[in-house]
Amino acid sequence: MAKVVTFRRGLWEQLYIPELIRGMSVTLRHFFVNTFGSKEIVTVRYPEEKRVYPERFRGVHRLMLREDGSVRCVACMMCSTACPANCIHIEAGQREDSFEKYPVRFDIDELVCVVCGMCVEACPCDAIRMDSGIHMPPVERRYEALLRKDDLTARGGQNISVQGGAGPDWRERYAPLGELRQVYDPKKRYNETIKGS
Amino acid sequence: MLAIVIATLIKMLVMLGFAIALAAVLTWMERRQSAMMQDRIGPERAYLLPPKPGQTLGRIRLWGLIHPLADSLKLATKEDFIPPKAHRTLYAIAPIFALAPVLMVFAVIPFGPPLLLDQLGAVLPRDPARLAELVAGSQAAGKFHYLQIAHLDIGILFVFAITSLSVYGATLAGWASFNAYGMLGGMRAAAQMFSYEITMGLAVMGAFLVYGTLEPNAVVEAQIQGHWGVLTQPLGFLLFFFAAIAETKRAPFDLPEGESEIVGYFVEYSGARFMIFYLAEFIEIVFAACLVTTLYFGGWHFPGLSSLALPHWLMVLVGMGVFMAKVFVLCFLQLAIRWSVPRMRYDQLMKLGWKGLLPASIINVVLTAAWILGEQAKVLPAWF
Repeated sequence: MAKVVTFRRGLWEQLYIPELIRGMSVTLRHFFVNTFGSKEIVTVRYPEEKRVYPERFRGVHRLMLREDGSVRCVACMMCSTACPANCIHIEAGQREDSFEKYPVRFDIDELVCVVCGMCVEACPCDAIRMDSGIHMPPVERRYEALLRKDDLTARGGQNISVQGGAGPDWRERYAPLGELRQVYDPKKRYNETIKGS
Repeated sequence: MLAIVIATLIKMLVMLGFAIALAAVLTWMERRQSAMMQDRIGPERAYLLPPKPGQTLGRIRLWGLIHPLADSLKLATKEDFIPPKAHRTLYAIAPIFALAPVLMVFAVIPFGPPLLLDQLGAVLPRDPARLAELVAGSQAAGKFHYLQIAHLDIGILFVFAITSLSVYGATLAGWASFNAYGMLGGMRAAAQMFSYEITMGLAVMGAFLVYGTLEPNAVVEAQIQGHWGVLTQPLGFLLFFFAAIAETKRAPFDLPEGESEIVGYFVEYSGARFMIFYLAEFIEIVFAACLVTTLYFGGWHFPGLSSLALPHWLMVLVGMGVFMAKVFVLCFLQLAIRWSVPRMRYDQLMKLGWKGLLPASIINVVLTAAWILGEQAKVLPAWF
């Protein structure tokens, strides 16, 4: 329910000077508090300071890696199918060390991307992620915004999950390792992703 | 003769140096102060030394005090654009018309106590008779100087005569730049300044009735003998202060050039000419503060200071410091008003000027005159 604020201008307001003093007491209080007292300044000095992004902030894509450093993606095309903007282009090849496929090409056009995160939802093996914590940097030419497999894997790291799943007995096998659930700590994440990059 | 010329040149250097330097600082202060009032940071990134490798912030920033320098460099190197259909001569002269009167009026502002060059080291006596003796002695020796560029008996009238000239700057700028918005802005400026000059003059009239003089030095002397003008003429002070803000064309009366939506008389100006207009505006703020200090805040005088037994040269320096501090505080107040109060509509402005401030200033004059008459006839008690 909207709150109705009514204002009747009486003689006191018409006199102007008392209301002027009242208004200036507000602005001057802010001035003195910010200049000499505890600062209430909300500005972020951008290149030196950066805001801590929310937990589920969707930044530039990255492709995660296996233990041996090869890309986790199995070229199943789920992400490019799910993508509403059709910005993911994958060409599949056959892995030599296993029966799985791998992406020969994995291109994402960040200018077309609508940053919806559906590719991340669709990925069955946690290969594509948007948790890099950085914005797409501005580019001079359009083709520079077309990220290739190298660009995407360069930002990637190793998952804590096991490729292909840990199997039905994961509870028994991983219980000794302690708490598997990751607890979100914005400060730690800020240090790892934003300052570190 | 040569001594007078040199003394005048030195006084001009001090007074105008102070005014222009303060105006330059005010251009920064306005942005920084408004930022602080709005919980922002404001300009502080201009630097003298480039940043160290790997850093983004330069060195030697002095809280942003480099910004006036950076701004003037930027404006001076910008293109000086003249609209093809503009009146070239008038367009070129207008900024000078805006700046020259503002600089001229500083001539009558006393920025320190009278200087007795032959008594520099001595402690001046407080007894008026002996002091007058000393003053007469140094006057005879030609060593007596008012700290005022021009010692005019009609001082304040001179100020009103010259400030009314600065209307030409605004009007000519608007008219000569062949721009409808500019011309409308110039017309607004002219109407506003004429309207508020009347209030300004009438508001000061009450103060003159109290002081009994028009000469700025004597005005300050009268306030030292009696009380500060702000106590004897509170209504007059308020009226004068509002009218002075309207004269400087600043918010809440910045209709001639409201840059955010109703563009004003210097729309077409760019580069160095724009800088002159901008600087003139800030010098006007300093001048309004100087005038209010002289008329209503006792100039260089501060209660209790004269009881200190300091050598004369130190007293003069302290007096100048007091004057400048007062001017600075009043400038701060003007900027604070500018960033607290919304702009008036033009009909409200005219209504306030003609139906509000003008009758109030006439009432002020009549009441002051009646009270003084009553005091002299011993019918009414003394105001203080």
